[in-house]
Order: sequence, then C-alpha cells, then structure tokens
Amino acid sequence: MTALLAKRRHPLAAVVVMAAALAALAGLYALVSPASQASTTTATSTQVEEGRQLFLVGCSSCHGINAEGVIDDAGNVLGPSLIGVGAAAVDFQVGTGRMPMARADVQAPKKTAAYTEEQTAALAAYVASLAPGPAIPDADQFDPAQGDVARGGELYRTNCAQCHNTTGQGGALTLGKYAPKLTGVEPVHMYEAMLTGPQSMPVFSDDVLTSEDKRDIIAFLTNVQGEPNPGGVGIGRIGPVSEGLWVWLIGLGALIGVAAWLGAKSS
Amino acid sequence: MTTHSSDLEPIQAVGDPLPDPGLPPHEHRLTDTDPKAAKRVERQVAAMFGIATLASIGFLVAYVALPLDGDLNRLQLSNILLGLFLGLSLFLIGIGAIQWAKKLMPDVEMVQERHPLESSPEDQQGAIAAFEAGAEESGIGRRKLIRNSLLGAAALLPLPVVFLLGDLGPLTPPPPEVLAKTIWKKGTRVVNDVTFEPIKPSDLQVGQLVNAMPASYEELPEEAHTERLRVRASASVLLIRMERGEFTVPEGREGWDIDGILCYSKICTHVGCPISLYEQQTHNMLCPCHQSTFALAEGGKVVFGPARRSLPQLPLEVDAEGYLAAAAGFDQPVGPSYWQRLEVES
Repeated sequence: MTALLAKRRHPLAAVVVMAAALAALAGLYALVSPASQASTTTATSTQVEEGRQLFLVGCSSCHGINAEGVIDDAGNVLGPSLIGVGAAAVDFQVGTGRMPMARADVQAPKKTAAYTEEQTAALAAYVASLAPGPAIPDADQFDPAQGDVARGGELYRTNCAQCHNTTGQGGALTLGKYAPKLTGVEPVHMYEAMLTGPQSMPVFSDDVLTSEDKRDIIAFLTNVQGEPNPGGVGIGRIGPVSEGLWVWLIGLGALIGVAAWLGAKSS
Repeated sequence: MTTHSSDLEPIQAVGDPLPDPGLPPHEHRLTDTDPKAAKRVERQVAAMFGIATLASIGFLVAYVALPLDGDLNRLQLSNILLGLFLGLSLFLIGIGAIQWAKKLMPDVEMVQERHPLESSPEDQQGAIAAFEAGAEESGIGRRKLIRNSLLGAAALLPLPVVFLLGDLGPLTPPPPEVLAKTIWKKGTRVVNDVTFEPIKPSDLQVGQLVNAMPASYEELPEEAHTERLRVRASASVLLIRMERGEFTVPEGREGWDIDGILCYSKICTHVGCPISLYEQQTHNMLCPCHQSTFALAEGGKVVFGPARRSLPQLPLEVDAEGYLAAAAGFDQPVGPSYWQRLEVES
C-alpha cells in the first residue's frame, strides 16, 4: 500500500488509473449491454406476459383492458388506442416519464420515469406484440458520434426548428401545448420521438426522414448542447427575444431607478 | 358683434387668488447636522472608489491571466470577467461621485430667475445691419446672373439623392402573373426539402409532416441565387397525412388528396412567413410570426390570428413511377396580399 502511495506522483500514474477505470467501465458495459440488447430485440413470451400484467395495473384505466383506447360518453378520448404504436412509442412515452400521466391535461410533461428499464422493456414488448409497429432503434442508428453535424443542422432547421427553436430550447404551441426543450434528452428518445410523433408532434417516418438523416439531426442537437456561450450568459439561448426582454425590462428598469435616485432629494 | 364686445372684456382679478407660495423652508440633511453620519458617508464613498480601483486592477489581471488562444470556453470566461470588472469600476466611480455630491457637497439652494430669450434691441439692430452690409457687398441683389445660377444649382442638388431612391426597388412593378404563379405545374414531383428525395404515398404515415419542395427547384442553376430564393419563398409546400374521415374536402377540391395525403403552401397568407408548426392531433398549422392558425383538416381555413385568407392547397397525383407530384399548379396566388392580386383573381 505504501509502495503504491509512493508511486502516485509517477508520470505514468494518471495513465494507469485511467486504464483501470476504462477497463472497469468496459467490464460493466459488457455485463449490462447483452441483457438490454436481448430485451429490446427479441421479446420473450414471459416478458410479454409481464408487460401485460404491468399494463393492466398501470395503463388500462385510460388505454383500455386490451389497449384498444377509451372514449367517454361525451366523445372525449381518455386514452388513445395503442394497437400498432410499436415498442418505440412505449419506450419513448414511459422511458421519458410522460406516461403514466399524473393527471388529464393538454400535454404530458417529461418527468422522472415511473417504471424501471426492465419494466419499460416488458411494457414495450407487450404493446409490440399486439400489432406491428416501429421498433426501438439500434444503438448504431442514434449514435451522435457517427452523425454529420452540418447536414443534421440543415435538416433540423428545416424540419424541427420551427417548434423546438434553432438550438432545441423548445417553444409554445396553441392552447397551453408546447414543444419541449431538447436539452438533456437521450439520443434514443430523440429518435423514437421523430419515428412515432408523440402528442402534438408530427411523424417523421424512416421512409421520408431516413435513419441516417435522424442520426445527423441527433448529432447536431448533441453538438449544439455542448457549445459554450461566447458572449457570456446564454439567457436561455432563445435569441433576440430573451436578450431584448433583458435589455428593456432589467436594463432600462435599472437606468430609470438610477435616474430617480439622482433626482431624489437627499435626507 | 360690437354690442357683445363688452362681454368679452377680461375681468381684472383683485389681488392674486393663488399667491406665489415661494420656496419651501430649507431642510438640512443628516450629514449636515451629524458629523458621524458625514464621516460614515465619507467612508462609503471612499470604499466605492477603492473597490473601483481594485476592479480596474482585476481587469488587468484577467486580461493577462486569460490569453485568448481560440478556446471558446476561455473566451467566454474572459468576456464575462473583462466586462464585469470594467463595468464595476465605471459604475462604482459613478455612484460614488453621486453619493458624494448628494450627501457631502454644499447643500445650498440656488435660484436662477428666468429672463426673456430675446436679444437686446441694440444687438438686433446690429445683426440686421451686418446682414444688409454683407448682402450689399456680395452684390447678390445686383449680380442677377450669379444669384440665378446659384439658385439653379441649389435646387438641383437634391435630385441625385431622389434618383438614388429609385434603386430601392423596380420602377415598374412586375407583371401581376409573376407574383401569382409559382413553378408548380402538372407533373412537378413533390420532393423532400434538403435531401430532394422523391416521395411515395406509402412513405407517409398518418400524422406525418414533410417539408417539401418542387423537384424543379433543384434543377435551377446554383448561381441563380435570386431565382432560387424567389422559388423557395413561393413554392415551398407541406405534405401531411390524415385518416380518411378526419378531414373535410371543400367543394371543388375533390380528388386533390391521395389517400389522406394533403399538400398545402408553406407560405403564410398574412405576411409570408414560412409556417410548419404542425400539431398532428388538432391538425392545426401555426405560424410562428403572428400566431395565425390554419385548420388543415378544413381546407386550410384561418381559425385564429391576423391572416385573412385560407392556406392555398396544391392538388396531388401519383405519377407513372409511383411518386407524388402536383396534379396542377396552385389555383390562387400563394403568400401575402399584394397590389395587383385582385386583378389576377378577376
């Protein structure tokens, strides 16, 4: 132990520690990743059954006993049919915590996921077993490192920026609905959202916006999140609106305050 | 009139109903009466000036300690620190000076009487005499040739400026059909924007949105920038797909959709912003500029906002190779109103 301590300032010490950490991480990944791969690609019948049980308890009150959807007497859709929405829709909605909803509202907000990854996979397997639908994408399809950031930016500005803002800060829609912020969203969830069109968002199917296009968009979003603010404070990065608001309200407000203080008689 | 003139005579006030109250009694400041308070303010002002000095030194330190080497994170930190220190220094000197003036400098009320702005009669006479003497000496009254040519030169001087205004836009407006027509015509393929891939009806799912362009846009030469921009600003379209029965087909537009795939102009009819904030559940298309909302399930009619005309719809067909194409051009001018729009429509 003391020998080890004595060597801790050796020039190669950092390299050794880094190598050990990487090896440990790789070992962990190897332990975890085959399991999750299996759960997303080949759904076992026990997994489907487990998903069905979870569905009956947590989802069926709004989506119906057989996921056929529930429409009340007044014609309001309490929960849409989930037949044919596919595993990707379930993984997105449950994985980002949007489902189950806390209460009936115009929009389901992103929140802490209520189900574990295993349970989410079981639910996805159950819903996918009802009818064919979009599957959860492979890791390769949404790996930001493999995407073309510049091309992704062009696609993003044409297809996404009008609602989600040019740097993914989100924006308002009608009647209390909104396009959510895209910062801190998992790449897999970005892919699934484009693929399935959750809530107000339209669908961007793989036939029109190809898998490669989506990966480029994800690469752009990941890249733009890591960009520093050379001007100092980002103020939400929503551009001239927040900057103008800052100048007009806070900047001019302070100037008026100083002017009033200047003119006030000293006590 | 004369009989009533006596009624209009002003009534002379007897005495002054609102006498001049004069100046309020002078109240001394706390710092005038209490030496301790004065000392405290003195320390405050000195502290502000002292911190301002430190901030200036901080600026220099930050400038030296953070050399810019192209690292954006360092640039960000440098910007913040330089701005903060310089701003703090200026701000503290400013408010220190104000505090000093308000609390410690002599508190004597000064009264400055107003006087008429007019100059004295002697000054006025002198100015007029000088002007007349100058006019006489220059001979502007006698030498008519010089006077008239100067008038001519001065009168024409603004003309070059007026003529330059002509460069702001075309002197003759373009013929009405230039604005009325887009490059869409029968058989023009609808292709994806950015990638310019053609689209099959089966590629679109219910709830889909595609930002699309006419295939003929891509064929325009790269160097025809103005033409490309003009086409982009007029011929951009949106494809959406709805379930049959989710949308109504206005009279005269039967067969314009392909299995629930509808094509609308992307240019707002209010002031021409590109719109594609599409809510797939309500089928509303929202314009980000002024919140005009178009119901795409009801022929693109306006349901909210300042726009007054429905979003023009493009009739679709499937061409021989199975790709989506326009069945005809737009049946009306797209985008915002313009002067000759009525001529085109009539």
